[in-house]
Amino acid sequence: MNPVESPASAAKPNLFQNKRTLRLVKERVFFGIIFASTLLALGFLFYLLFSIFHQGWDHLSVDFFTNFPSRFPAKAGFKSAIYGTVWLGGLTLIFSVFFGVGAALYLQEMSPRNRFTSWIEISISTLAGVPSIIYGMLGLGIFVRFLDLGRSVLAGALTLSLLIIPVIIIASREALKSVPDSVRMASYALGASKWQTVRDHVLPSAIPGVATGVILSMARAMGEAAPLILLGALTYVAFIPGSPMDSFTAMPIQIFNWASRPQEAFHDLASTGIIVLLGFLMICNSAAIFIRSRWGKRL
Amino acid sequence: MNSQKFTSPILEARNLNIYYGTKKVVKNLNMKIGKQTVTSLIGPSGCGKSTMLRSFNRMNDFIDSFHYEGEVLFEGSDIYRSKIDVTEFRRRIGMVFQKPNPFSSSIAKNITWGPKINGYVGDLNELVEKSLRRAALWDEVKDKLNDSGLALSGGQQQRLCIARAVAMDPEVILMDEPCSALDPASTLAIEDLIHDLKKEYTIVIVTHNMQQAARVSEYTAFMYNGDLIEYGPTSKLFASPDEKLTRDYIVGRFG
Ligand SMILES: Nc1ncnc2c1ncn2[C@@H]1O[C@H](COP(=O)(O)OP(=O)(O)O)[C@@H](O)[C@H]1O
Ligand SMILES: [Mg+2]
Repeated sequence: MNPVESPASAAKPNLFQNKRTLRLVKERVFFGIIFASTLLALGFLFYLLFSIFHQGWDHLSVDFFTNFPSRFPAKAGFKSAIYGTVWLGGLTLIFSVFFGVGAALYLQEMSPRNRFTSWIEISISTLAGVPSIIYGMLGLGIFVRFLDLGRSVLAGALTLSLLIIPVIIIASREALKSVPDSVRMASYALGASKWQTVRDHVLPSAIPGVATGVILSMARAMGEAAPLILLGALTYVAFIPGSPMDSFTAMPIQIFNWASRPQEAFHDLASTGIIVLLGFLMICNSAAIFIRSRWGKRL
Repeated sequence: MNSQKFTSPILEARNLNIYYGTKKVVKNLNMKIGKQTVTSLIGPSGCGKSTMLRSFNRMNDFIDSFHYEGEVLFEGSDIYRSKIDVTEFRRRIGMVFQKPNPFSSSIAKNITWGPKINGYVGDLNELVEKSLRRAALWDEVKDKLNDSGLALSGGQQQRLCIARAVAMDPEVILMDEPCSALDPASTLAIEDLIHDLKKEYTIVIVTHNMQQAARVSEYTAFMYNGDLIEYGPTSKLFASPDEKLTRDYIVGRFG
């Protein structure tokens, strides 16, 4: 029998009103709106990049990397700022990975589920949203004055570490959470202790996520000027820090300093500094992507 | 009801009650598992088979709401109350899980990690070969021992997990529906393997597949709703069960 001619389907009323045209129009309008907003954002970004490269490109020379800052725009360079940022970055990385990943491991893998733990968790999410300048004030009070570290690289790195540790904790916990429980059970069933399980199976599986969180928050810390200025980091430094106790400047501080000078030539130097800082951050981001894909394949 | 009276059982549950929160999922259960036997736990889904199995190596400890009453004896000593090192008897009671869960590290490291952390002093390369041979996996993986355990097929992964358990030189191997995630060919391979392993180990296997229970085990225990309804030689339990409930389950009237 031909199903099309069956009496049942012939008698069936049509309960579906397609409204095809209207749906199509709605889709087009919605698509148009989101496309326009993407274009607008990209437009601003390109305008910003264009004006920075336009102003700063001419000063991008070897001298810019090897000269210390100077009263004369033609002789001024970025050397002390670059070295300062590298010092800050190295120390901040050590502190924030040690304490951030450590805290995440404790909270995610070890801590008992109780009120105290959930209070800590809430505090950490709150801290992740505190403006960086507040951390600057904290650093000034604790590290510079109370612990008497002065305006040193060490004080700066500790302050920036405080700033990013909450974010690293949150990112690392997410990474640990995504390691399936079946891995932990396999390990425990072999007679492993909690620490052996975490060290050899859970943490290695979580490395891509942890590393991504660490690198992205490091990039944020290296772009911060406000907390360092509050600490009293110097804006004119004609030497390279030789120890963690030396005073320092950093790329965003030097850029801020140049941008706030009246002479036009210094504004161009600020743009050159921004180009270098952007390059530095892009390298960080690429490293994050690289680590992610490398480890992703292994797992 | 409980016809098994092994004189020196390797595992024994005495008046065991298990709760998750307030829910009682194992009810006053008494059961002895004989040395070098293969015992199946069957019963409808949710009746407490996995819970019972996990109580034999204390894997229930990781469930927050878990608590228990009674005793579980391993070679005569209570694994819950006495001061034995949990990690030590977990070495002697291996476990294979429902979903294959090899480590992401290499095939060789999957085998050697457990023995290493438990202070194994023998030759590790030898152990890798011996364990993989034991699990009928050696020929398939001998040329790629450094590949990730996750690069194997599901059936191979499960045999790797069995090899990993065997490498610990356990006395008991607990298996929780080890074939439920596998295709029929891999299932057969694992059933063959169980036949082979029972010469050396005591095996307790949870299965919802009654043909499988009939094929691999000498003893079968039927659980229903947290109770041990009937426990006896597999041939007897399937051919002429004492309880009506068992018969109804076996002929497929429910479950
Ligand atoms: N982690 C858990 N938390 C709370 N209840 C659970 C947990 N695991 C199992 N249960 C409950 O305990 C009962 C027995 O479960 P289980 O032992 O897994 O049964 P089976 O393996 O026979 O299917 C079920 O009712 C199940 O819902
Ligand atoms: Mg189960």
